Amino acid sequence: MSIETGWVDADLEVEFPELRLRWITHEGGSGRTPPEIKERLRKLSDRYTGGKAVHLRQEPIPWAYRVFFRQVGIDPDDHRTPAEQAALDRMKHGSFRSRNLLDDALVIATVETGVPVMALDADKVTPPLGLRLSQEGEHLGGEERPLSVRQIVLADPDRSVAVLFGDIAEERGVTPSTQRMLLCSVQVKGVPEISVEEALWTVTEVLRTAS
Amino acid sequence: MPLVTTGPDERAARRDLLEQIARLESDLAALFCSAYPRGGFDWAVKSRGGGPRVLSLSELERLRDDLAERLHDVRRTLSDRTWVEEQNRRLIEEMMLAPEKHKWVRVGAEDIGERGCKHWHVRPRWGILGMMLNWWRVRISSGCPLAT
Repeated sequence: MSIETGWVDADLEVEFPELRLRWITHEGGSGRTPPEIKERLRKLSDRYTGGKAVHLRQEPIPWAYRVFFRQVGIDPDDHRTPAEQAALDRMKHGSFRSRNLLDDALVIATVETGVPVMALDADKVTPPLGLRLSQEGEHLGGEERPLSVRQIVLADPDRSVAVLFGDIAEERGVTPSTQRMLLCSVQVKGVPEISVEEALWTVTEVLRTAS
Repeated sequence: MPLVTTGPDERAARRDLLEQIARLESDLAALFCSAYPRGGFDWAVKSRGGGPRVLSLSELERLRDDLAERLHDVRRTLSDRTWVEEQNRRLIEEMMLAPEKHKWVRVGAEDIGERGCKHWHVRPRWGILGMMLNWWRVRISSGCPLAT
């Protein structure tokens, strides 16, 4: 099991030379969160204070994603970066709420490293994955909602799989019947490679601990 | 020979604009942290719409201008607010030194840019007797009332 690097479309690479897609395959699905992971989430909540949440946007990695959001036309105060969204949820609910094993693992990785990770059903996508711009008349996942032209999408060689930092095509997302998962992370300018790897390893470590 | 037409190379301009956007976002983030916990600031810089995508040169320019304008507005508002807060801090000192000259004046923590319910209130000592004899003092509240 090793971390793979995806392809980036030439148009996108010219604009964002540091943009990378990294992923790792995990043998296993999601499920109920075991008590030790709930405890880890609770301890993480205790360490996460209001002051830290306020200053999050000045920390290098969350800031790098915030800048990238701006540069691709997303208002990060409207559509929050994953790290900021996790911080906001923590402040609103008083703790990081446990939902299921996968979501909890993604939250732990995002909060600990600042790097967002997403999961796909490995049996429903065909690696290698990459990042490209959507084409005219293209639909998310091949047959779902239409995509606007030149949107940045995560794709396999056949079809778009998800909008970058947005919706995942319904058919490609993780469901209770998922047996294998692709854990993906997008590296942007200012984010060290080691942090992306750490985020992916954190998710797999949490998933493996639970199984 | 047919004429060959080429478009202008925008790459350098685009790179500059992306750098400027990053710098402005950094300044805005620093200002956000400086302004906290004060409320009432407008931080929004509307997105271009259409989800994550490669923005055109004119869109990048507009975004850069919007960020610069927002930064300027917030800086000016924060500067005005901190000036008022400084006046209020001075007022608290004067209240402490000569409460009889500031009868019934009340300054809250929010007025000096701080969180909480603490306030400084000039009140007469011994109620009506203090009012008649001009005995005034500053009462400092201990904080927010307990939740019921």
